[in-house]
Amino acid sequence: MSTLHLAILLPFIFVVIIPLLYKYTRAIHTGWIALVVPVTLFVYFMQYFSINKAIDPITVTVPWIPSIGLGLTLYLDSLSLLFALLITGIGTLVVLYSIFYLSKDRERLNHFYAYLMLFMGAMLGSVLSDNLLLLYSFWELTSVSSFLLIAYWYQRKRSRYGAQKSLYITMTGGFSMLLGFIILYAASGTFSIREIIAMGDAVTTHALFIPAMFFILLGAFTKSAQFPFHIWLPDAMEAPTPISAYLHSATMVKAGVYLVARLTPIFGAFLEWSWTIIIVGIVTLAMGSFNALKQYDLKALLAYSTISQLGLIMSLLGVGSLSMNSNYAPYSEYFIAAFVAAIFHLINHSVFKGSLFMMVGILDHETGTRDIRKLGGIMHLMPISFTFTMIGAFSMAGLPPFGGFISKEMFFTGVLSLAEHSNAWITIIPIIAWIASIFTFIYCMIIIFKSFTGTYHEDLLDKKPHEPPFGMLISPAVLSILAIALFFFPGLVDTSIIEPTVKEMAPVAPLFIENPDWHVHISAWHGFNLELVMTIGIILLGTWLYLTYEKWKTPVFDLIPRHLNLFTLYDKAIEGMEKTATRITKSYMTGSTTHYLSYIFSFLIIAALATLIGTGSFVLDTSQDSPIEWYELMLGIATVIAAVFVLFSTSRLMSIMGIGVIGFTISLFFVIFRAPDLALTQLVVETISTALFLLCFYFLPKMKASVESIRFKLTNAIIAIGVGLTLTLLGLSAYGYRVFEPIAEYFSNSYELAGAKNIVNAILVDFRAFDTMLEIVVLFSAGIGIYTYIKLRYAGRND
Amino acid sequence: METFMIILSGILFTIATYLILNKNFLRIVLGITLFSHATHMMLMAINGLKRGAAPLLGEHADAYTDPIPQALILTSIVISFALTALLLVLGYRTYIELGTDNMKKLRGESHE
Repeated sequence: MSTLHLAILLPFIFVVIIPLLYKYTRAIHTGWIALVVPVTLFVYFMQYFSINKAIDPITVTVPWIPSIGLGLTLYLDSLSLLFALLITGIGTLVVLYSIFYLSKDRERLNHFYAYLMLFMGAMLGSVLSDNLLLLYSFWELTSVSSFLLIAYWYQRKRSRYGAQKSLYITMTGGFSMLLGFIILYAASGTFSIREIIAMGDAVTTHALFIPAMFFILLGAFTKSAQFPFHIWLPDAMEAPTPISAYLHSATMVKAGVYLVARLTPIFGAFLEWSWTIIIVGIVTLAMGSFNALKQYDLKALLAYSTISQLGLIMSLLGVGSLSMNSNYAPYSEYFIAAFVAAIFHLINHSVFKGSLFMMVGILDHETGTRDIRKLGGIMHLMPISFTFTMIGAFSMAGLPPFGGFISKEMFFTGVLSLAEHSNAWITIIPIIAWIASIFTFIYCMIIIFKSFTGTYHEDLLDKKPHEPPFGMLISPAVLSILAIALFFFPGLVDTSIIEPTVKEMAPVAPLFIENPDWHVHISAWHGFNLELVMTIGIILLGTWLYLTYEKWKTPVFDLIPRHLNLFTLYDKAIEGMEKTATRITKSYMTGSTTHYLSYIFSFLIIAALATLIGTGSFVLDTSQDSPIEWYELMLGIATVIAAVFVLFSTSRLMSIMGIGVIGFTISLFFVIFRAPDLALTQLVVETISTALFLLCFYFLPKMKASVESIRFKLTNAIIAIGVGLTLTLLGLSAYGYRVFEPIAEYFSNSYELAGAKNIVNAILVDFRAFDTMLEIVVLFSAGIGIYTYIKLRYAGRND
Repeated sequence: METFMIILSGILFTIATYLILNKNFLRIVLGITLFSHATHMMLMAINGLKRGAAPLLGEHADAYTDPIPQALILTSIVISFALTALLLVLGYRTYIELGTDNMKKLRGESHE
C-alpha cells in the first residue's frame, strides 16, 4: 500500500462517508465536505510537478489476484500526472462551482457528491493503472458513474434516455476493449502495459495483434465520442451542468484520448493505427463543428464542440504516431510536433471548455434558459460573465492572446506536415481541418454574441438576469486566467509535462534516437508562416460567414436530410432489439409448467445423450450381474403393471392405489437387497403418503378423462421415453464402468469410529450428521409450509 | 439382476416423466413420487446388488453391501416424503382458493 493507492482510495472512502454524514450535516452544503477530496489530491499530485524537470516515473504494486495476473499496479509518469492534475484540478473547481449551482434545499446532494466521488476515484484509477484489467475495471466504473450522474434528475425522461444511451455505447466499446486486452494478454502473457511495451516484436507479430488494435480503438472511440459513436454525448447534456463541465468535456471523454496515448508505444508504429485515428479524428472534427452550428441550446452546442475538439486531439495523436513508422523516419521530427500539439491542446481544451460550460451554467442559472433565441442583449447586465465567456470562446476559436491560439497553430503545423510528407491527396486533410476551424470560429462567435449582444428579450426570460453569486465566478475566473497564462507562459507545461509525455509515447521514434537532447519549446510567436495565414483567413472568412449566418444557414443545413442521421438509426436499432427480445422471450416464457418442464427434460436428454455418445462412454456389462430369482422377477413385473395402471387410470382412487402398490413392492425390493433400514422407512413413509393421498383425494376434484390433443400427448410421450432411455443408458454405463474403488471400506469400522454396529445409521447420525441435520431442517420447513397452507387465510383482504 | 433393475427403473422413469408433464395436479404429484422411487432403485442397482450381508456389524459376515447408497436413499426417501406432503397440501389449498387443479388454468393471464 503506497500513498498513490491511498490517493485513489480516498474518493471511494468519501463515496461511503458522504451519504452517512449527510443527515447530520444538512446545515452546510455537502459540497464543502466533498471539496476536501479534490483539494487534497490536487495538492498531493502537485508535489510531483515541477516546472523545470520531468517526473521520475513511479511504479507501486499491491498483489490482488495473482493467479489471473491481476495486481493493483499503479504507474505514475508525466502522462498520468497530467491527467491526475486535470482530474483533481478541474475537479476542485467543479465541486466549488457546484456548491453555488445546486441548491442545498432542493437537490439530493448526498447522491450527487457520492456519484461524483465515485467518478473521481474511478477516473484516477483508470489513468494510474498499469495493469490492463485494472484499467478496464476503473474504465467501466467511470461509465457507471457517468450513467448515474446523467440520470441524476431521473424524474426527467430525457435524462433517463441519455443515461441509458451513454451506458449502452460506452459499455459496448468497453467490452470490445476488454477483448482487445485479452488478446494482448494472449500474445504477451502479461497484463502490464510496461511489460507489453518492453516486449516489442514478440507481441506485435501475434496473428491477432491487428484485431486487438481495432477492438481497443473501438473502446477509445466510444468513450471519447468519436464519429460515429458521438451520438451519446449530446444526450448526456441532460446531466447537471457541473457534471457536463467535468465528465463530459474535461475528463471522462478524454479517457479515450488517454488510452490512445498510453498505448501508442505498442501500436504506434503500425499504419493501420495511425490512419484509422487520423481519419476518424478528422471526420469527427468536421462533423462536430458543423453540427454545432445548428444548435440553439448552448449546452448542445458545447457538446458538439467537445466532440469536434476531441476529434482534433485524436487526429493529432494519429499524425504523431507516424513518427514511429519506419516509412516516415526522415520526417520524425515533424510528426513529433503533432504529439506536442495534441497534449498542449488537451490541456487548453480542458481549461477553456470547462470554463465555457460553467458560464453556460451561469447563464442558465441566472436567466432560466440556454436557448440562444431567447438570450441576447444581457452584456450590460452581466459584464463579468460576458468577459469570462469571451475569454473561453476566443481561446476555443484559436485567437490570441489565449492558449487555444498556440495549439490551433500547432495543429495546423501537424496536418500541414502530414500533407507535405505524404501522398498528394492527403492535402485534403489540412483543407478539412481549416474548414472545420472556420466552423469552430463561427460557433464561438455564436456563443458570445448571440447570448450577450443584440436585442434584449425581457418577455422571453423567466427572471431578470444579474451577475451570479461571487462563489460561482471563482472557478471560471481561475480557468480564464489559466487560458491567458498558457499563451504567455507555455513554459509552464512544456518541459514539465509535454516533453516527457511525448518521449514516453514514442520511445522508438528516430528523432529521439538521433537527437536525445531534443527539447520541446512552445512559444506564442511562430513567425509569419502558412499557419498564421490560415488563422487570418479563418478570422476574415469566419467573421463574414457569421455576419451572413441568417442568410445561408437554412439552405446549407437542408442539404442533409433530417431523418437520415445516426440518432434515428440508434433509436430504431434499440427499438428493434427490444421488440425482438420481447418476441423471443414471449415465445418460450409461456407460463405453462408443462412447457418449462419439457425444456428441462429435453435439455437433460440432449446434454446427457450427447455426452454419452460423443465421448463413447456407453458400456453394457452384464458379466458381474447377480442371478435373478423368480420372485424378484414377479415383483418387478408387478411394479411395472402397477405403474402402467397409474398411467392409464382415469380414476383417482385407482391411481393412488397403484402408487401404493409400487411403494410397497419397492419396500420388498429393499428387503431383498439387504437394506433393512430402507425397507422400514419406506414402509412407514409409504403408509403415511397413501393416507395423505387419500385425504387429498377427498378434497380434490375428479380426474377428468384427458382431453388434451394427440399432439400434446405425443410430444410428452416422446420426451418421457427419451428421459427413460437416457437415464437407463446412464445407469447401465455407471454400473458397468468402475474407475475407483468404493469408499465403503472406511465405514466398515463404524464400531470403532462411532460406536455403532448399524453402518447406515452411523453414516446418517455420525459421519454425515450435518446432512441429516439439514434434512431435518427441510422437513421442518415443509411442516411449516403445510401448516401455513392449511391454516392461513386472507384476513379480510380482497385482491 | 442389476441390469434388470436398471431397465425396470428406466420404465418407471418414463412413466413418471409422462405423468409429470400432465396438466392434472394429482398426476403430477404421483409422477414426482414415482420418479423418486425410480431414482432409489437405480441408485441401489448401480452399486451392485445382493453382494454380502446387510450392513449390520452384528451379522459378523465376511462382506457387507455398500452402506453409502443406502444412507443416501434413506435421506432421499424422507425428503421426497416432505415434498409430496407439501405438494399435496399446496394442491388442496390451490383448489380451495382457485377452484381448479388444472395447471393450464392456473397459469396467470399473460402480461402486457
